[in-house]
Amino acid sequence: MTDNLEVLGTMLPRLVDGLVITLQLTAGGAVLAFVVAVVLGLAAGHPSRVARGPARVVIEFFRGTSLLVQLFWLFYVMPMLGVSLDALLTGVLALGLNYGAYGADVVRGAIRSVPRGQWEASVALGLSPARRMVRVVWPQAWAIMIPSLSNLAVMLLKGTAVAYVILMHDITFVTEQLRQRTNDTFFAYGVGMLMYFAIAYCIVVAANALEARAKHRLGTGPPLKDVLRPRLPARGRAGAGVSG
Amino acid sequence: MSEMWSWDRAFTVLPQLLQAFLEVTLLATVLGSAIAAVLGLVVAIVRRTAPAWVARPVHWVMEFIRMTPVVVQLLFVYYMFPSWPALWIGIGVLGVHYATYMAEVYRSGIDAVPPGQWEAATALSIPARRTWTRIVVPQALRTTLPALGTWVISMFKDTPFLVVISVTEMVSAAELFGSRTFVYLEAFTLAGLIFLAASYPTSVALRRMEARLARY
Amino acid sequence: MLGTEQTTDPPVIRFENVVKRFGDHTVLDGLSFDVHRGERVTLIGPSGSGKTTILRLVMTLEHLTDGYIYLDGEPFTHELRGGKRVARRSKDVAAVRRKIGMVFQQFNLFPNMSVLENIVEAPVHVLGRSKDEAVERARELLGLVGLTDKEDAHPTRLSGGQQQRVAIARALAMDPEVLLLDEVTSALDPELVGEVLAVLRDVARSTDISMLIVTHEMQFAQEVSQRVLMFDQGRIIEDGTPDVMFSAPEQERTRSFLQAVL
Repeated sequence: MTDNLEVLGTMLPRLVDGLVITLQLTAGGAVLAFVVAVVLGLAAGHPSRVARGPARVVIEFFRGTSLLVQLFWLFYVMPMLGVSLDALLTGVLALGLNYGAYGADVVRGAIRSVPRGQWEASVALGLSPARRMVRVVWPQAWAIMIPSLSNLAVMLLKGTAVAYVILMHDITFVTEQLRQRTNDTFFAYGVGMLMYFAIAYCIVVAANALEARAKHRLGTGPPLKDVLRPRLPARGRAGAGVSG
Repeated sequence: MSEMWSWDRAFTVLPQLLQAFLEVTLLATVLGSAIAAVLGLVVAIVRRTAPAWVARPVHWVMEFIRMTPVVVQLLFVYYMFPSWPALWIGIGVLGVHYATYMAEVYRSGIDAVPPGQWEAATALSIPARRTWTRIVVPQALRTTLPALGTWVISMFKDTPFLVVISVTEMVSAAELFGSRTFVYLEAFTLAGLIFLAASYPTSVALRRMEARLARY
Repeated sequence: MLGTEQTTDPPVIRFENVVKRFGDHTVLDGLSFDVHRGERVTLIGPSGSGKTTILRLVMTLEHLTDGYIYLDGEPFTHELRGGKRVARRSKDVAAVRRKIGMVFQQFNLFPNMSVLENIVEAPVHVLGRSKDEAVERARELLGLVGLTDKEDAHPTRLSGGQQQRVAIARALAMDPEVLLLDEVTSALDPELVGEVLAVLRDVARSTDISMLIVTHEMQFAQEVSQRVLMFDQGRIIEDGTPDVMFSAPEQERTRSFLQAVL
């Protein structure tokens, strides 16, 4: 075991590099996916057929073909068309488009879940469509969509492992190197999986905090501080109001 | 663009793609889904009925598997057990990985069965096993079937990951063809279209099934 | 107790110092009462007074916090062994619980089975009767509740009143000694209430099953029961025959409750 740890120690810089690559892919992919999801999701729910049709086609296209096909297509075929992207950008693009398409349905579903009465009240108050969406509907839809989006974010994180296939030096790649150096599959892959698990856990915690804050803004939950801070014992409050 | 696409190349690669599709992609999806569906149900029932010292570890193991990439799990098993045939490793890993998702689907399906059903079974003194098999699971399946189908489609689209353990499924067949001819366009485009042709109609059918089952 | 024969038979149900707490909230606090064989007892009182909890405790849908329940003189879920209160084995409890049947407010028929299958399920798999025997008895009961032509129908296709009648048949198919009726007409459209009450009157008349009834249908209670217990905050505040209770109750609380309800 100590040998393994020694090797791990020497490989630490490489592990960090791999972590950074994975994080870049995850963050870049997530940002792009979010933008794609909002644009496509709003379009797919739009009353006008002109917006809905193409949006639906794009969504079903990216959902129906496989992430790896999309990645390979971008990586191998785009250069033929004269567009040359580096591996990182290709990865971010593939992840963003693929998971963005899934996200679009989440966004559309969340907007539809906002009670009809909210729309009607905004119309009755004479709010413009833009104002209606920004001030009334979106904040409520946002609170609804966070759990599903956080699931997708974790899936996107797991999807970054495909970068291994286009030879990027992400966590999976470094894990493989660790295995070759230590000859201990269990140890090396244990480390690798723990790293992914740790990142995934952080995403989930962040998403929970976001959801708590969104709900608080809507008045349906306690402030984020209270959610995060451990609860104080109740008895401190007894004499609170007495002293002048 | 039209000068770049060669129908010749397209028709040459197509049979290779279809062969890999049938021999590997479909096979892996069907067997993997079967494992996932059964294992997922077992896990869901265990988590609900087993004592804490069994249910809790099972829960954490499943969470760990669910939150780590399939690619890493494939490589892990592949290198841990080098003597096992790669295709079976692939099917097994996909099956176990997706069982974690299906277990969640089963759980919410089981939770959705009205408590009154459990109470009626208690009132009639129906034993636990029969309550599960004859009353709860049949009702839970009604709501879970469409969601399970969605995960099957998802697994189907994840079969290309098997390339990392040297299994030649459809996408790696496309890549092989491309690396030999130096042109990847037709191979990958057709591969993508085959995926689309298989998954889109299935998705539509599932959505219709879901709408019909909702009218209980 | 008025009107019932005091025999040497043990009471079919006995509550002894029963306590039931839900978290901080105490619903029943040291409740004791008896139901004798063949008696029909109606429990009335405001919601939250513990009436439904009593039924659910007898049906083991809730667990006793403290105290004992006896069925036919035997300890039911808990017993006194060597000076300590211990829970009995679930096998032993199950054997006794078979004597009890319950009809629910929400019917709770199994939607994935036909009417006949609903009725036959428990007799075959719990009592071990043969399929033929169970089906014959099921048909008899369907005749009793007036739904002979619905044996192959699915519960979701039936009206509420029809579903509840099937539920009654299903409970009776187990030949229970005690029938618990938990607000069985409260979820029904008013025009369907009558058919269910008619069936219950038939059952009361043609069998000697003991019944513990929670209902708001006071006229039905008056026709069918020998005793009426008025509950308030987990205690029995009055216990008498229907005639006395409905026309000249002794307690002020009973009077005000009945005035509001009738």
